[in-house]
Formats: sequence, C-alpha cells, structure tokens
Amino acid sequence: MGDSKLDLLQGTLDVMVLQILEVMGPLHGYAIARRIEQVSSNEVLLNQGTIYASLVRLQQRGWIAGRWGTSDNNRKAKFYSMTRAGQKQLVKETAYWQRLSSVMGRVLFMQSRGDEE
Amino acid sequence: MSLSVREAFNRMRSFFRKHPLDQELDEEFASHLEIAVEENIARGLPAEEARRHALARFGGVQQAREKHRESRGLPLLDVLMQDLSFTFRTLRRDRGFTIVAVLILALGIGSNIAVFSVVNTILLRPLPFRDSQQLVRIVEKNPEAGESSKTYTADATQDFQQQNHSFQSVSGYFAFTGPDNFKLIGHDQPVPVTGILAAEGFFQTLAVEPSLGRLFKAEEFAHHAPPVVLLAYPFWKRQFDGDRNIVGRAIDLNNTSVTVIGVLPETFDFGSVFSAGAKVDLFTPYIMDDFRDDGNDLALVGRVKQGVTLAQAQREADQLFPQLYFEHHHPEYGKGYTGRLTELKEYVSGKLRRSLIVLWCAVGLILLIVCVNLSNLLLARAAARSKEFAMRTALGARRWRLVRQSLTESFVLAAAGAVVGLGLSYLVISYLAHQGSIALPLLSMVRVDGRALGWTVLIAVSAAVLFGLLPGLRMSDGNLQEVLKESGHGTSSGRNRDRIRSTLVVAEIALACVLLVGAGLLLRSFLRVLDVDLGFEASGAAAISIDYGDDRNPSKRAAIWQEFVSRSSMIPGVEAVGISDNLPMSRNRSWGIAAKGQQKVDARDFIPVYVYIVSPGYLTAMGMRLMEGRDIRWEDLYNNRSVVIINETVARKLWPGQNAIGRTAVAGGQDAEVIGVIADVRESSAEENAGAQMYLPSTKQFGPTGANLVVRSKLPSSALAAPVMRTLRQINPVQPATEFKQIQALVDHTTSPRRFFVLLVGTFAGLGILLASLGIYGVISYSVTRQTQEIGIRMALGATERRVQLGVIWKTLQLALIGIMVGIFASVVVARLIASLLFRTAPTDPFAFAGMVILLGAVALLAGYLPARRASKIHPLVALRTQ
Repeated sequence: MGDSKLDLLQGTLDVMVLQILEVMGPLHGYAIARRIEQVSSNEVLLNQGTIYASLVRLQQRGWIAGRWGTSDNNRKAKFYSMTRAGQKQLVKETAYWQRLSSVMGRVLFMQSRGDEE
Repeated sequence: MSLSVREAFNRMRSFFRKHPLDQELDEEFASHLEIAVEENIARGLPAEEARRHALARFGGVQQAREKHRESRGLPLLDVLMQDLSFTFRTLRRDRGFTIVAVLILALGIGSNIAVFSVVNTILLRPLPFRDSQQLVRIVEKNPEAGESSKTYTADATQDFQQQNHSFQSVSGYFAFTGPDNFKLIGHDQPVPVTGILAAEGFFQTLAVEPSLGRLFKAEEFAHHAPPVVLLAYPFWKRQFDGDRNIVGRAIDLNNTSVTVIGVLPETFDFGSVFSAGAKVDLFTPYIMDDFRDDGNDLALVGRVKQGVTLAQAQREADQLFPQLYFEHHHPEYGKGYTGRLTELKEYVSGKLRRSLIVLWCAVGLILLIVCVNLSNLLLARAAARSKEFAMRTALGARRWRLVRQSLTESFVLAAAGAVVGLGLSYLVISYLAHQGSIALPLLSMVRVDGRALGWTVLIAVSAAVLFGLLPGLRMSDGNLQEVLKESGHGTSSGRNRDRIRSTLVVAEIALACVLLVGAGLLLRSFLRVLDVDLGFEASGAAAISIDYGDDRNPSKRAAIWQEFVSRSSMIPGVEAVGISDNLPMSRNRSWGIAAKGQQKVDARDFIPVYVYIVSPGYLTAMGMRLMEGRDIRWEDLYNNRSVVIINETVARKLWPGQNAIGRTAVAGGQDAEVIGVIADVRESSAEENAGAQMYLPSTKQFGPTGANLVVRSKLPSSALAAPVMRTLRQINPVQPATEFKQIQALVDHTTSPRRFFVLLVGTFAGLGILLASLGIYGVISYSVTRQTQEIGIRMALGATERRVQLGVIWKTLQLALIGIMVGIFASVVVARLIASLLFRTAPTDPFAFAGMVILLGAVALLAGYLPARRASKIHPLVALRTQ
C-alpha cells in the first residue's frame, strides 16, 4: 500500500514539474518548488529538497535538460528547461490525468449520491 | 534509444560518477538555500530567522540526497556495495575466523571440483571423438576366455565388414600387443617402443584426423606393402622433439626401414580409451594377409550409420555373427561367433559408474559437513555479535537487510573458498592426469573445464545459502530487549542457540560416521583383495622383455633361451630364472584344451584355456606352486616333446576326481602329455577367478608371442637391473633398454582403481572426522567460555577439578553418542547401497563399524578434553571477577 501511494506521489510531482517548466520556461530548483507551493496554495506538503530527486529522474529520461546559469540576483543556479521529448510526454501525461480525474470524479460522485439515499 | 534503455544507461553512468554528481548536487542545494534565505530576508525576516525558515522548508538534506541517489543510480547495487565493503571490513578484523573458514571451504569445494572433474571426464562427457555416441565396441557375448574371446579373426572381421548394413564402418586393432614390442634403432642404444597394429579404417572409424601428414592408405594394408608408421603425439614430442619434418622420413624399427607418414593429434590417447594406463607410441598397419592363420586377434570398433539404433544393429549382428567362419582356408574349423554391441563409452567406463557415484556422494557429504561446520562457526560469531545486530535493529535496520548482510558475508566466504579450492583441485587434477599407474580409463584427459567451473559456481552458491541462511535468520531474530539486557557472560542465557549448535554438531558427527563406515568397508575390501592367494609370489620377482633373433627356428630358440636362463642364473643374488611369453595380469591369449579319451574329441569338448609358452624354471621364478608332477625340462624343448602343465581348474574340469598326471590332452591342436599340475594363478586380477590355464614348452608346435625373462632374487630390482641388462647385452648387443619391471607392479596395476577409490574416500573420511572434531571442540569450548562464571561459583562451593572436567567431558560424549547413533543408522542404509563395491566384506562388517565408533569416540574425547581442562583450571575468584 505504502509503496503504491509513493509511486502516485512521485508521478504527480513529475507532472507538476513538467507543467510548470512548460508554462514558465527555464527555472531553477528553488523557483520550481516555490511555484508548486504557490499554485497548490500550500496544499501540497512538500519538502523542497525532494524536488531534486524528481528533477534528476526527468533529466535521465531526457524530458528536461539542466544547465548552470545566473539568477536575477546574480546567483549561480542550475536552470532546467523542457526538451522536445518532455513536451510530448507532458501531452501524454495531461491526457492521462484528465481521464483519470474525470473517472475518479464520476466514481466518487456516484458513491456520495448512494450515501444520501 | 527507447526510454527504458536510455534511463538504464543513465543510471549506470551515474552509478560510476557518484562523486561528481554528489558534488554538483551539494552545489545545487547550497544555491537553493542561498536563494531561499535571500528571498526570506527580502520579505523582512531577520537573517537568523530567514535561514532557519529556509532550512525547514527544504527538509532533511541527507534524506533529499539519498532520494536523489536512489532515483538517479542503481540503489540495489549501492546496497550490495555497502554490504560488501562492510563484509570485507568485518572479515579483515576477524582474520583468524576468515582464514579458518576459507580454508575449510576451500577443502570442501576443492575436493568437490576435483571429483566432479574426474566424474565428468569418465562418466558424463562424451568420448573425445566426433559423434562418439555412434561408436560401439563389439565383443563375444560370453567372453570367458579373456582377450581371445573379445576378438575376431581377420576373415570373420572382413566378412562382417562386407555383410553388415548397420555400420558406416567397422575396424579394429590387434589386441595382443605387449608393451615395448618394437625397438627403435637410432644412433644410441635401441629404444623400446610400444606400437599398435591398426586395421584399415580404424582412425577413420573413430574420426581421428592426423595433426601432421596423413593416415594409412588402402594399399598400405596389402601384403608386402612398403612399411609405414603413424606416430602418437607424445612420442613425437619426446623422441623427435616435435620435429615437423619427420613426415616422409624413414626410421628404423626392428631393423626395418619404416616411413613416417603422419603424427596423430594430441587429443587422441589410445591407451586411455582402449587400455587404461597404457602408453602407446606408434601405429602400424594391421595387414590382414599376415594374420589369416593366427586365430582371434582383432578387437572391433564400429560406427553405426546415422539413424540406426543400437538395437537395430544388434539384431543384424545376431543374424550375421553365427554365420561367420573362423578361417576361410579352414572351413573345417567351423563357424559361429556371437557379437554384443556396447556403446564404446559404456564399454570404457560403464563398470566404474557405481564407484564414481559413490565417490561423488562422498565428496557431497564432505561439502555438507563443511557447511554444517561453517554454519556453526558463523553462529558462534553471531552470538558474539548479537548485540551489534540488536542495536542495528533498534536503530531501524530491517530484518531482511540484516539477513542479506549476513548472506553477503557467506557469499564472500564461499567465493574465496571456491577460488582457493579451484587452485587446490587444479593441483590434484594435474597430479592425477599424470598417474599412468592408475588403471582408470580417460584419466589422462581429466581437466578443469567449463562444466567444472559451472559446477564450482553452483556448489559455492548452494554452500553459501546453506551455511549462511540459518545464522542469518538466527542473528536477525533477536528479541531486542532480551539481547540488549543480557550481560557479558550469562549462565543460563543463550540456551536456545546452544541447542541449535549442538544439533549441528550431532549432524556433523553423523555425516562423518557415514563417511568413516564407507571408507572402512572399502578399506577392508581392499585389504581382502591384497590378501587373495594369487597363486604366485609377486614380491621378489621382476621381468624384462628380451630380444633375440631365432630365425623362427625352434631349436635355435631353445638354445638362446637356455643361454639367457643359465647366464642370468649366475648373476650373484639371483635365485631362479625362467622365460614366458605372457605374464599374469598383463596381456593374455587363449586356446582350447580337451581330455583325449576313447571317443574322438568333439569341438564341444574343448574348454577355453589361457596359454603360456614357457621355459624350464619359469614356474619357480614366478613362485608358482607345482602341486603334482614335474616342471618342463630343456630336453622337452630340444626334442619337441608335446608336454603340458595344467592348473587345478583344468585338472578338475577334464579329469574330475582323478589324477591328471600322465593323461593325454588335446592342447593347441596337438596331443600333449600332462606332466604337472599347478595351483591356480589369478590371471586378470585378484578379484576375478583364475580360469583355466596351461603351460607349454617352446617347441616346433608351440610358438611363443614374445619373451619375458623373469628373475627372482632377494636383491631389490634396482640393484639387479644393471647386471641383468649387462648379461642380456652380452648375448644380444642390440637388446633395447626395456624396463626391468617388478611383478608386484603388474599386480598393483590391477588393484589400482580400488586403491584410488579407497585413498580418496579415506581422505574424505579423514577430512570429515577433522571437521567434526573441530565442530565438537568449537561448541564445547564456547559453552565453557559462556559458563565461566557458573563453573567458578560451583568451584567456590566446593566442586572438585575432576568433577568439573567430567561434567564437560560427559557433555561432549553425549553429543558424540547421539551423533554416532544417528550415524550408525544412516551407515547401515548407505553400506547396503555400496555392497556391490565390496569384496569379501559384508556391508555390516563389525570391524568397520567398531573402528568408526572407537575412532569417533576418541576424537570426541580429545575435542572435549581440551576445553574440559581449561574449565577445571578456572580460578573461582578470577571467574567471578570477569563480570
């Protein structure tokens, strides 16, 4: 049980990272983590450090690329950007998540109506 | 590149770039935190607070790093590397333990590899010929007359070759070749060499290709063809220094110029397949026309056609062989052979299957004992490390991780043991492969090959699991609190663990029992074999093959023989001298003998009989016992008198209950007067019955096949060799330097397989008892250490030294007795399984069992005595202070 939940979380985090990079363009790790927190209105409890495991995984799969650069405040940081393969993957993932959430929504709605009766 | 391949590749890359990747990650973390702190300060937090906040949001740095490593690299391999480095560290710390464990394992695994290689070569691997499963050996169905009934005449062979439809080819070799039957004449003294006469197509049937030159051509098998010779590889290397230009050159064999036409490949060892232990130097054509009148002399080998089964070929042979005439020129000799087809492989090694399997089981037992012993050692270590493991469990290590850790340790030990064992077995095997004196077929071809390496891996892995799993489970199965609470040297603590260790020791003793009983039974059988009355006195007699030119003139031969005998008799220290063409337990040939009575002798009256053409004095020189009558005299030879000496078996069969002396027998186609009866002489080996034998004088009617001068003396044969050779060279200056062989060596050769097995099983039993005693010692000594305090208290309360000693010894004996009891039960079962390997020894032989009990009991006592002594020397005060 614990393992499958972890898998889902990992997968979720990866999609979030891809989506944020797709929308915002190249970002460093801290910015990505902050963006996730902001978008999810701090509803996702995320240790910022764990984002790096996700980043290295996506990099190894060739979906994002990382390059050292300089931030707005003139700090050295590693910036991540989408690759073509990453964009394709994101399309796939988006479709998958939409299907999944609609199915989940239908299932859960049906169950709650059953409770009322 | 597909996704998973790309990821796997990247993960692998990351695994080997750990350090730079970690460094980059650290830089990334640092930059992350700096940016976060900066932002927090910008939001108005004080510097200290800004930093604390950033760290809190970041979470555990170490955890993030671990996660990063896990998702980028090969986490399983990482853990393995950690386990390995931890194992190496602990093993290096426990150097004594490591050395003992690796040595024990090396002995166990090494002996297994060695025996497997022997079994693999002799039993499992096909013969070293192409499609060797098609090769069959053809012998008579009831071979009761030695080599002569395993062979066929030239005419019968030729007829069978022409008439059969089952074989691609049938060929053979001359089966009555003695060692050193040729002399190679060069610049120095003539060199004695052994040559085999191979019939046409012999090498083609075996699919042997020459490594140099060519094989025999058809025309070289014709009468009066120019003589040619093929050299065996080792002889070519030894005698001609591997000279590649030897092909086409002429060499002098027996004063005949013979052309070398080729060299056979290194892989072809005639002796190891067809005549265990014999060395063969060269091959010459067997020219059928030269042997038409010589009776059965070809040993047949055939290669069945593709798709023809052995049963089909056998059916055809059953129809053809009874129709084959012995000799075309003498149809009156009749017809009617039988032929049993046996796969060559089965013919060569079938008889050894049981012995080899027993040997294999014996080393298997050794490996089991080794595993039990190792298990025990590891348990003792586990006991000492139980706190460490409990501590690690308390700190969150999972059980599986601990088991894996201890399995890693056993795998490392097993691997080290396998490597050392491989080295050991390599030494043993190269030693065995060069033991020409052991009459085991194919032994010279034993190698550590790929299959043996596979076997090594297999047994090393199973051994590691076997001896590592139990301690691993025990180790991780600690009840945390109890273990941590337990103080240094408890009194009643760890009882459970003691019980497991005691059980293991009992198992070890029982296994050693089985080995000891097996070895004991085989040893008893071997001693019984040595005790057999051979009918001659092997010790003190030695023989040398002699060379002379007699121009095929019997009286000239008689004169030469007499000169050899009388001159050799004059050598100081020589007691008796005689000549015979064949010696017991080497080659043999057989004719027929029948009693001549009133009626005409019928073919059915003949019994097959081993025949020896001898000089006067041979019986005495060999130490054979003349029961009645007289020996052959020189006059018998000069006057071509037809006389015969028979053995008791012949006398009993032809003239049951009567005196045979003075009767007339038909022997070798001649009427001959029986002048003597000798005690039966074991012809083939001590284990087989003597068979019928007759001894004839060398005369016009009875020609010898070669000649061996037998000398009896109290002097060692090494001291006698030189004067005998001098005497022989006085008579014949070109006498080759043939070996002066002790007759005992012939006897030893026939008992060598048994000696080989006894030696090996005995060694394993010794190893088993050593390991078992180590196990006993370990357990008892350990329990004494644990009970130091208890013993101290008891001694303080007045227990005597003696009493303490007896207590420990009694505990040892208890273990030993239970083990021996279990072992006896197992041994009775095992002994019945090996009953067919025993010779005049019952599987329940009381000596073997009693010997085992005494030996094991004594060893157990010794193993228990040492710790008992230590226990009794415990000083109460010291013991109580060692809290």
